[in-house]
Amino acid sequence: MPPKYHIQTASVANRFRSVTRSGVIAWEEGCLKCARCVKKECVYNVYTTRSLDERQMLDSLDSACQDCFRCVQNCPARLIQKGVNPTYRTVGDHYWTPEILANLWAQAETGKIPVSGAGYGGPFSGPGFDAMWTDMSEIVRPTRDGIHGREYISTTADLGRKVMALRFDEQGELANAVPPLVEIPVPFIFDLLPFSPPKRRISSAILRAAGELGTFVVIKESEWLPLYERYLPNTMLLLDRGPDARNDHLLERMRIVEVPDNPAALEWQRILKEKKPDLLVAIRMPATPAAGARIADLTQEGAEIIHLVADEFGMEEADEPFFIKDRLKEIHLLLVDKGLRDQITIIAGGGVAMAEHMAKVIICGADAVSCDIPLLVAMECRVCRRCAQGIACPVGLEEVDPGWGSRRVRNLMAGWHNQLLEIMGAMGMREVRRLRGEMGRAMFFEDLEREFASLGKKG
Amino acid sequence: MQATKAMKGKKPRKKSATLPAPKLTPSRFRYALSKYRLTIGPSCNNCGLCIELCPYGVYAKGARVPRTPNEHLCMGPACEKNAFYCVSRCPVNAISMRPNPSFQLLGDRRWTADLLASTWHMAETGHAPYQDLNYKTGDSGGGFDKLRLLYPVNGNGNQPKEIKEKEISLAIELNRSNDTRPKVTIPVPLYLGGMSFGSVSIVAMLSRVRAATALGTFCCTGEGGYPDELKPYDDHVITQVATGLFGVREETIQRVRIVEFKYAQGAKPGLGGHLLGDKVTPAVAKMREAVTGSALFSPFPFHSVYSVEDHKKHVDWIKEINPRALVSVKVSTPTDVDMVAVGSYYAGAHIIQLDGSYGGTGAAPDIAKKNIAMPIEYAVPKVHKFLTAEGIRDGITVIASGGVRNAYDAAKVIALGADGVCLGTADMVALECLRCHHCESGRGCARGIATTDEELTKLMDVEWGTQRITNMYLAWCEQLKSILKRLGMKSITELTGRMDALVHIDYMKKEEIKGELD
Repeated sequence: MPPKYHIQTASVANRFRSVTRSGVIAWEEGCLKCARCVKKECVYNVYTTRSLDERQMLDSLDSACQDCFRCVQNCPARLIQKGVNPTYRTVGDHYWTPEILANLWAQAETGKIPVSGAGYGGPFSGPGFDAMWTDMSEIVRPTRDGIHGREYISTTADLGRKVMALRFDEQGELANAVPPLVEIPVPFIFDLLPFSPPKRRISSAILRAAGELGTFVVIKESEWLPLYERYLPNTMLLLDRGPDARNDHLLERMRIVEVPDNPAALEWQRILKEKKPDLLVAIRMPATPAAGARIADLTQEGAEIIHLVADEFGMEEADEPFFIKDRLKEIHLLLVDKGLRDQITIIAGGGVAMAEHMAKVIICGADAVSCDIPLLVAMECRVCRRCAQGIACPVGLEEVDPGWGSRRVRNLMAGWHNQLLEIMGAMGMREVRRLRGEMGRAMFFEDLEREFASLGKKG
Repeated sequence: MQATKAMKGKKPRKKSATLPAPKLTPSRFRYALSKYRLTIGPSCNNCGLCIELCPYGVYAKGARVPRTPNEHLCMGPACEKNAFYCVSRCPVNAISMRPNPSFQLLGDRRWTADLLASTWHMAETGHAPYQDLNYKTGDSGGGFDKLRLLYPVNGNGNQPKEIKEKEISLAIELNRSNDTRPKVTIPVPLYLGGMSFGSVSIVAMLSRVRAATALGTFCCTGEGGYPDELKPYDDHVITQVATGLFGVREETIQRVRIVEFKYAQGAKPGLGGHLLGDKVTPAVAKMREAVTGSALFSPFPFHSVYSVEDHKKHVDWIKEINPRALVSVKVSTPTDVDMVAVGSYYAGAHIIQLDGSYGGTGAAPDIAKKNIAMPIEYAVPKVHKFLTAEGIRDGITVIASGGVRNAYDAAKVIALGADGVCLGTADMVALECLRCHHCESGRGCARGIATTDEELTKLMDVEWGTQRITNMYLAWCEQLKSILKRLGMKSITELTGRMDALVHIDYMKKEEIKGELD
């Protein structure tokens, strides 16, 4: 058994006060000056420990208040109200919702998984990842207790091509070449950032976190800086223009590179492997309706890793686009049908915003996921996308201290790792490798909802 | 034994047992949270007309202007059509009505502000709200919130014969097996689910148990021991045996009429329980036979149960220790929940409680609450159909829980195939929980419900709590009876599995619907 993988976490303070859902509105006019003012009775001491952030013009009341409404209900003159914070609703977008961002910020700050009381308050289901539930075990199947450390649950993913059977010659020596394999202890890599202010410090933070976590960061060749040199073992350089002699010195210390899918992709792979035989080559391709057939062909012809990417909202490129999980299900099953699935590694990404999405992408057929925007969010990004228009970042991301940033990313990913353990523990699984493609251990909205679609209809 | 005495009474027992009458039980805070605010402007001459006009008692006499202590009883803008509408009748136009800004912040997609306020209204008055509040559905966009009851209407020949409310029975039998154990009939198709001492205060716990007693039904202790304070209500207590076995003793099992095995819990399916160290006060520690201040883990699963045979051994163990007890099995809703239910039947359980994934709890990882296991709306028909196909549906009682918020949800889930429902969160709301989701933080619930903090516990008293919960369920019973009446049914047992009494509004065109939706 490999040593237990554990991510060290420690609270890492926010640079900015986070955007809260509500605010306290307390009037002074008409105050009766009660001897026992309701403000003094606050369970959370929000009034007595109040402070003002001059730079952001934020009042600690709003972030400290836990919405118990006791002061609202008990002030005799009814001078205290709570109001919706209009800014909260405008944070993020329809996909990267304020709730998701708040959840990611909290994990990056504390390194703890989000826990709350009083049941679930969200929508019944929804588009994309919200249209599926994961399974659990009871009575007839054991669960695994991964979180409290009583049982070991492996989250290791293998990247590379696998041989289906070993052959041995007459002397009993291994007769087939065993391709190189890279293990990552957590089933995620960090992908290109779809938007970002100048990246120097941001990328340094992400690379540093990847180094500590034992995973990889995809970086465009054109954006690579000598400053990142020490992180080469954790870099997956995206060679936009294919093999290029000018980069040969970088290959030496790299374990995986990425090339964009194109008719020459396998030729590029061959050339790169000639330069460095134990180098892994991932082929990056957009999710499209044609991806399945293309992956099957590439697999038959010797590809090792496919990196399938959807857009920021998890959608593929098509007139009637599928969501990443649905396209993946189809691709996975196609490869299973053709007997190819176990030969190739699929990393999938795009729209992976929460820990549960990681588990769900894997259940739908990926070996590992790639994650992008959450890395920025860990560093307090508001997903306002102003940087994409060249407007200054409201939280000054380009100025982050790489040490602080990497600790934030590490905290967030520790939260994700622990939540993956929760999901797998409940299912009774001890290997994330076995979670891949386990669609029978998930429940899909479209299947479950069939019962209701026929209600009231004959036949 | 109270039940037997009642049965030996002079008159033969009526089909529907008499329920207590509701008692007005207003908010324990100075002001209840209202949907609308009334403002009285400076032109007011304190003539007092508004006080006289309003039949709901929104206004009260004030020194310079009338006060508005009961804005939550105001009908809202819908009152406009009434002759007593204060805003237009005020001789000096001093009154204005506006939405309460704080109200917009209450609740969430499942428990909307309207659902919270209507539950508070039911807990206060014992009746459904007349105000502008949707007390039937939330805003979750699926499941119960998209299902509607379908009533037959006049004109198409299948209008049911008029049924009198008195003739309608809400009673269900919990022991449907043919064994020698006592029959246990509850006059309402619901009982109250497990909430441990420790996760809620002793006052909250007692309030629930006493309300269950008043209604002639049961309340489960949860996994946290069986406090002595509950002894007078033994006949209405279900004691829980869960994986931590906290406070479980032979004596506690022998005291009750129903023993519940908790295999899993919908709010954190597949995960164990975790009581934070802060909540393990000396009293909690004593009850649970643990150490003060140290966190308590309830493991998952029962490490002695990995098959239906193991499960049967568990059930037999309880049956041996308490020969009169019924055994209930609480499970959550995995893909093969139907197999689990069949297994429970063959293991000899009397009740199978299906706990759907959207239920409540003291504290659970968000990822579990949202993603693991299926919502109860899917699990119930799956189990009902499977048990029916196996020919054993009539031999076991199916109880649904985890996301039942009101009488309409209860009726819908019964129509989907359950015999009755089990509640938890609704009780908390009746006690004025507003679902801030901070049960677990610091000293616990700031409103004094889910806490063991001595000072916070004092925010509520038992009489008040008992009556609030009782009132709410009385209101539910009223609504359930009116639903049955409109469906033409004399007993709630007729509704079980009647999926034809339901419509999902996403999949039905208006012209296809033959009947009235509710």
